[in-house]
Amino acid sequence: MSDAREVILGRIRAAVGGAPDRVAYDQIGREYQRKGSLDREACLHLLKDRLLDYDSEILEVGSEAEIGGAVEEALRRAGEHSVLVAEAFPKNWLPSAAEVVVDAALATEQLDGLGTVLTTCEAAVAATGTIILVHEGAQGRRAVTLLPDHHICVLARQQVVETVPEALAAISSSRRMAMTTISGPSATSDIEMTRIRGVHGPRRLSVVLYGE
Amino acid sequence: MSVRVGKTDRAAAFPVAAKTALKNDQLRANVRRATDTIRGKRALRVEEMPDWQQLRDTASAIKAHTLRHLDEYLVEFEKNCELAGGKVHWARDADEANAIAIGLIRQYSEGNSHVEVIKVKTMTSDEVQMNVALEAAGITPIETDLADMIVQMGHDEPSHIVVPALHRNRFEVRDLFRETMHRPELTAEPEDLTGAARAYLRERFLKVKIGVSGANFAIAETGGVCVVESEGNGRMCLTMPDVLISLIGVEKVIPRFEDLEVFLQLLPRSATGERMNPYNSLWCGVHAGDGPKAFHVILLDNGRTKLLHDEMERETLECIRCGACLNACPVYRETGGHAYGSIYSGPIGAILSPQLQSLEHSRSLPYASTLCGACYEVCPVKINIPEILIHLRGRVVREDQATLGGKLAVENLAMQGAAAAFQSQRRYEAAQRLAQAGQMLFRKGDQLENLPGMAGGWTKYRDLKAIPKQSFRDWWKSRSKGASA
Repeated sequence: MSDAREVILGRIRAAVGGAPDRVAYDQIGREYQRKGSLDREACLHLLKDRLLDYDSEILEVGSEAEIGGAVEEALRRAGEHSVLVAEAFPKNWLPSAAEVVVDAALATEQLDGLGTVLTTCEAAVAATGTIILVHEGAQGRRAVTLLPDHHICVLARQQVVETVPEALAAISSSRRMAMTTISGPSATSDIEMTRIRGVHGPRRLSVVLYGE
Repeated sequence: MSVRVGKTDRAAAFPVAAKTALKNDQLRANVRRATDTIRGKRALRVEEMPDWQQLRDTASAIKAHTLRHLDEYLVEFEKNCELAGGKVHWARDADEANAIAIGLIRQYSEGNSHVEVIKVKTMTSDEVQMNVALEAAGITPIETDLADMIVQMGHDEPSHIVVPALHRNRFEVRDLFRETMHRPELTAEPEDLTGAARAYLRERFLKVKIGVSGANFAIAETGGVCVVESEGNGRMCLTMPDVLISLIGVEKVIPRFEDLEVFLQLLPRSATGERMNPYNSLWCGVHAGDGPKAFHVILLDNGRTKLLHDEMERETLECIRCGACLNACPVYRETGGHAYGSIYSGPIGAILSPQLQSLEHSRSLPYASTLCGACYEVCPVKINIPEILIHLRGRVVREDQATLGGKLAVENLAMQGAAAAFQSQRRYEAAQRLAQAGQMLFRKGDQLENLPGMAGGWTKYRDLKAIPKQSFRDWWKSRSKGASA
C-alpha cells in the first residue's frame, strides 16, 4: 500500500509525460472581469441589494462611535441580550446595554448555549453579497461564528470590493489560514427546492456597515 | 485493481432501468419540478454575468493545463498540505481508500467500541461506497447534508450530483423523518422538516470526534482545501471534530489560490443558480485552538489516471460536479438519476462512469443521450460531452466487434452488410431494389411500421419513411433517356 503514491504518479507520468503543453500557466487567458467598474456609491448600493436578497439585515452608521449602538439595535430586533466576541474585539465597539461574553477558548458546550456572536471581517464582495472571514483576531475562530443562531458582523465601507477576483486578491497575503465566506444565513433548498433559512449555521445575519 | 463507481456492478443496463423509471409518475414529477426550478435560476444568474464565456474559457484552460501537469501539482499540494500540518495518503482504488479511512478512524478512536463519524456531502465517498465499508468495519457513518440524510435514512441511492434527494417530495421526507426520528407530530412543511434535521444533527455535530469530507478544490500553491456548501453542515463537520479526513479525487487539484476567483464564480451559478452559495470553507492543515487537531487527505485515483492518455477523454476530468448538465439533459429529465446505475448520473455520468470502469458495467451509458448538445452549452468548464459520447460509442462497438458473439450479432452483421453495400454502386442499387421489395409487408402509406427484429427498436419510437418506388438515380436515368429520345 505504501507504494500507491509512486504507482499513481507513475501512471500520470506515463499518460501525460512529454505530451504537448497547450497552454503554460502564465499564458492562460484571463479575459473575464477582474476589476470592478462601479463607483463607490453604486458598489455599496449593490452590496446592500445583494445582502437583502439573501435575507441579511443591514444597519448603517457613520462613525466608529456609532457601532455599539447599531449592535444594540440588532440585538433588540432579535430579542437578544448578550453577545459573544473574540478577545481581540475592539472594546469601544461593544454595546453598552448588553452582556458581553469573551471567547477565552470556551468549550463547545459553552458556545452552543450562546445566541449571538459579534465579529469583524476581512472583506466583502458586492456582486455576490459575500462576507469573508479569515478567522484572525476580532473575526473569531471558526466555531465561534458557527454555533450561535445570530451572527452580527461589523464591516467597514472601505472593505467592500465589487468583484470576487478583487476580494481574493485582497486576502491572498493571508491565504494560508482558515477562511470562511458567508453569503447570507445558512440555507437549504433540498426539499422540493423551497429555500429555507437556518439549517445548521446561524439563522440570522446582521451586517453593521460603518465608516467612509 | 477494482474500480468502483457506486453500485454499478449490480445495476441494470440503462434501457432497462429507464423503462422502470418512466413508469414512476411521482418520481418523474419530482425530478421535473426540481430541474425546472434550478434551470430557471441558473439561466437568470448566468445572464447577469457579462463575462460568463470568458470565465468558461479560463476555467477550461486552467483545468486542461493542470491535468497535463497533474503529477507536479499533486506533489506540490502534498508538500504544502504537510507543511501546514496535514498528512497526505494516496489510494489507487476504492478498496485502498476505504482501508486507509478505516485505519485512521480506528487509530483515533482506540478503545471505543461504538464509533460514529459525521460526513459532509461527498460524491467521491459514494463512488468508493465508503459507507458500506465503514459499516462493515463496525463504524457508523452519519450523513449530515439534508438531502444525503434523506437518502441514507431511506436506504436509497443519490439521484442527482447536487441535490441527491430531488426524487423525493415533502410527504415522502415527512414519513421518513417521522419513522427514523420518532417524531410522529412532524408536518410536511419544508421548514418543519429542516428544523427536525437541525435538532437531530446538532447533538452529533458537538459530540462526534471524527469528520469525513470530500473537496471541491485542492490548491497546490497553499496545500489548502475548499468545500462549497449551503447548510452549514459542512462547516460543522470541518470545524467541530478533533480529526478530519478528506477524500479527494486527484483531478480536484488547481494550481493557485487565485484560480478560485474563476471557479467560485462558475460553480454556484451553475449548480444551484445562486450568485454565491451561503458558505465556502477553506483551510490549510491544522490551526492551534481552531478546528480539528489532526487533518488527513486521501488522494484517490480509482480509474482517473486512465483517462489522462487520450486528450479527449482527459477532458472528462475537468468536471467540477455542478450538475448543470443533468438539469439541462432531456434524457435525465425524463428518467431521473437512478436509471444511470451509477452515482454519477446524467450526461457527465454517461461519460465518466464508463471511462473510469473501462466500459465494464456501463456499456449502455454512452447511448443514454440524444446528443442534443444542451449539456455542452451549460457546462461551466466547456466539456464537450456529446463529442466524448460519440467517441465512447465507437469504443463500445469496436470492443464488441472484437468478440465472436459481437461479430455474429445481428446489428454488427447488418452494419457490415451496409458498409459492403455502400462500397460500390452496383451493390448499393441491388440492395435498394431488395429493400424496396422487402418493405412491402411493413409499409403503411409512405411510412414503415413494426419492422421485425432489431430494426423494430427504431420504428417503435421514430418515424421512418419508406424507400420510394423509384430512386433518384432511376428517375434521372429515365429522364435522360426521355430527353435523348
